[in-house]
Amino acid sequence: MAMDPARKRRLRLTVALTAALVLAGGLVYTSFSAGSPARNPSELLKSAQAGQSYKVVGIVVKDSVKHDGDALLFKVRDRDGTAETAIPIRYTGSVPDPFREGREVRVNVSRASGETTFVGEKDSLITKCPSKFIAEDGSKPAGTY
Amino acid sequence: MPILGRAALIIALAVCAYGIFAAIYGAVTGRRAFIESARRSVYALAIATTVAFVVLELAFLRSDFSFAVVSGHSSTTTPWYYKASAMWSSQEGSLLLWVWLLSIWSSLVIFLTRNRLRDVVPWATAVLLGYGAFFAALLVFKVSPFETLSPAPTEGAGLNPLLRHPAMMIHPPMLYSGYTLFAVPFAFAIGALITKRVDAEWIRSTRRFALGAWLLLGIGILLGARWSYNELGWGGYWAWDAVENASLMPWLTGTAFIHSIMIQEKRGMLKVWNVSLVLATGILCVLGTFLVRSGILDSIHAFGASTLGVPFVTLIAGMSLGSIALVVWRRGILRSEHKLDSLLSREAIFLLNNLVLVALCFVVFWGTFFPLISEAITGEETAVGPPWFSRYTVPLALLLVLLSGIGPLIAWRRATPRNLRKTFAFPAGCGLVALVAMLFIPGVPQKPLAMIMFALGAFVIGTIAQELWRGTSARRAMTGEAAPLAVVSLVRRNRRRYGGYFVHLGIVFMFVGVAASSAFQHAEDRRLQVGQSTTVNGYDVKYVRSTATFQSDPSKTGAMLTLGAVLDVSKDGKHIATLTPGRGYYSSSNANDGLFEQLINGEPTSEVALKTGPMRDFWTAVAPDFTKLQPLVDAIDKGLGQNENMTQDGLLRGYVAGLTAFTEAYKQSPPPAMFRIISSPMVMWIWIGALIAIGGGLIALWPAPDAARRRATANLKARVAQDLSRA
Repeated sequence: MAMDPARKRRLRLTVALTAALVLAGGLVYTSFSAGSPARNPSELLKSAQAGQSYKVVGIVVKDSVKHDGDALLFKVRDRDGTAETAIPIRYTGSVPDPFREGREVRVNVSRASGETTFVGEKDSLITKCPSKFIAEDGSKPAGTY
Repeated sequence: MPILGRAALIIALAVCAYGIFAAIYGAVTGRRAFIESARRSVYALAIATTVAFVVLELAFLRSDFSFAVVSGHSSTTTPWYYKASAMWSSQEGSLLLWVWLLSIWSSLVIFLTRNRLRDVVPWATAVLLGYGAFFAALLVFKVSPFETLSPAPTEGAGLNPLLRHPAMMIHPPMLYSGYTLFAVPFAFAIGALITKRVDAEWIRSTRRFALGAWLLLGIGILLGARWSYNELGWGGYWAWDAVENASLMPWLTGTAFIHSIMIQEKRGMLKVWNVSLVLATGILCVLGTFLVRSGILDSIHAFGASTLGVPFVTLIAGMSLGSIALVVWRRGILRSEHKLDSLLSREAIFLLNNLVLVALCFVVFWGTFFPLISEAITGEETAVGPPWFSRYTVPLALLLVLLSGIGPLIAWRRATPRNLRKTFAFPAGCGLVALVAMLFIPGVPQKPLAMIMFALGAFVIGTIAQELWRGTSARRAMTGEAAPLAVVSLVRRNRRRYGGYFVHLGIVFMFVGVAASSAFQHAEDRRLQVGQSTTVNGYDVKYVRSTATFQSDPSKTGAMLTLGAVLDVSKDGKHIATLTPGRGYYSSSNANDGLFEQLINGEPTSEVALKTGPMRDFWTAVAPDFTKLQPLVDAIDKGLGQNENMTQDGLLRGYVAGLTAFTEAYKQSPPPAMFRIISSPMVMWIWIGALIAIGGGLIALWPAPDAARRRATANLKARVAQDLSRA
């Protein structure tokens, strides 16, 4: 039985719109559930839930970088914080070239209950893009002109 | 010299302001003289920005540190070719590059359309000059590339070592060419909407610009990926980083646009869709520039501190609102001339392909902006990572490949089941054979998504092969040409179509490379002493000895010191390769550190060593750890700092002696080093596919000889007809 063309088009439009809505809904839902909340090191030090994954942004504390087998140990502090409120991180995976003490890094971490050291998610360590080392307001990070 | 550059930019701004006025006044009153004058303003803009560009480029090449940007981004020790490209590593230089490229492409299109689209062109001119005015104003008032330092420093900071890579020299000009070329169809779409000339004429006049934009933007993205793989010490080519996503979004909508305009040209359909796509692409290009240059996604708080934030957001908001208003205002004349006849038609497949591309763009957009969105909604900044992106992009990419195999096989308007069976038999067979073959390769069935991608790839290759075969046989039957000649003349006569097929072929190779290398990659980080071995994916890697050189600069990047390793790679006792990854060291200028400390803890960058092959890449990078050599570093620095009255010569000698001692120590008793070792299959196919796709793009872009000949014959015919009528 042939469907009237106008009705057919309406049907198609409804199907397409529904598909778009489902996709968009899925997108919204999964992004809110899959994302790791961003925290400062000092906030994590005070109130990190065991097992929860966080994205931490901070400065690598001077003289804190050490190697232990294949793992990298370092501490990160708040942008304007001190070494006292820094958190220790044990990280494995790729280390970007610009990684250095005093540089800003981001890494996904979580902490098992009863532990003090956070474990970095493999290969999640990133440093700022090299084309943007020089801050917008003209202030320059240590190590560059 | 700085004054000349500054003057050129002020003239550029004035020229834009005048040109916009002249174009609009001319368009409204119909006075041709003003329209002509506006066109010449575009050429004048090109001349003015070229002067500014040359002044700044010369300053970089001459290492004139009285220019603040030169002293901040270049140095006398930077090799000359990196001095040249250091210009666009700066904020100011890259914005100047943007407006310079814009003026060049605008001049080209305004010249090519000088006798066409007489009512659309003035408005397009005004839009293009509007872009010019915006960027020229930024360069004059906000971020001047011609700030001077007095007294001029004797040495500059040098180009960021990470950017010292051939791909990074041309990556920004390619990307920006793509962005600025997309401004051309954007401007013409606006002109067409304002003047109600929404037939396919504006599309025909700017099609090559859209295609060129698509091609150059794609090349730019690929160069970025290649740089990431070969220069950054992590061994990946794509990380769903905001900076990468920023360039991918306009490329996706641009890809949709160059497909869907075919439907408007052939069938007069999808007019609203096409103008919306090109307007969105134009806006996404500006957004891309903004995302990379403002750092807004690092943190929303950076926005307040950013000098570019407010102007760019104003521009983007203005472009978006203006575009939406224009499309809504002109919706009446944007009606389709035809309706979609059947879902089994090429139009429908093209439409689906467009929807997939736009959905991909939306996914990327959402993920990129999610930190801002989540902070706005929940008050808490949250980010999504690569797994989230892959969850959506992988199925959409699979669908896209499937559609690129179906599209060429299906007829315009309405396909019948009978001819579908005929045309699909061979390609579908190819896909099935590939699928079955994959089942017998150990390890592959465990990765179903990769397996589907391989099968779909085979299906698309089958489609393209069948199309080429059919075209060639038809041509041979007609002309009796030999097979190779028939292929060449077939492609020459239908550049757009067969160029497109080659692009599809290249993209399929790339997707197969991406699928294989991401599904079957083994990446390990190992700490090794000299003499130790490790095993990665069945390959034995032995750290044979350490290397250390200074002033020899093996990778030609201007590194003062290079430390490295010699690795022996073997499998089942058979030697595979000897790899020599290294790490180049560049002095930082942290005044708190001693001179030698500045070098050792300065800016090291990986020099990756890889054995590449069609089946597998073996990729290695090294990061020496010289905590144990720190006493030596301190001793050298103590020696250098001991005598306050040391002459420049003496200091240099001491420095060289220190370097010699350090390199000897590193060679004699090397401390353990961290190695990143990656065994990744079929990465090479990404680059091979890219070259094929670029070749295909060039074929599609090249002016058809037939068109030129047809124009010439048409002229001749007209003249003959005239003569005849006179006779």
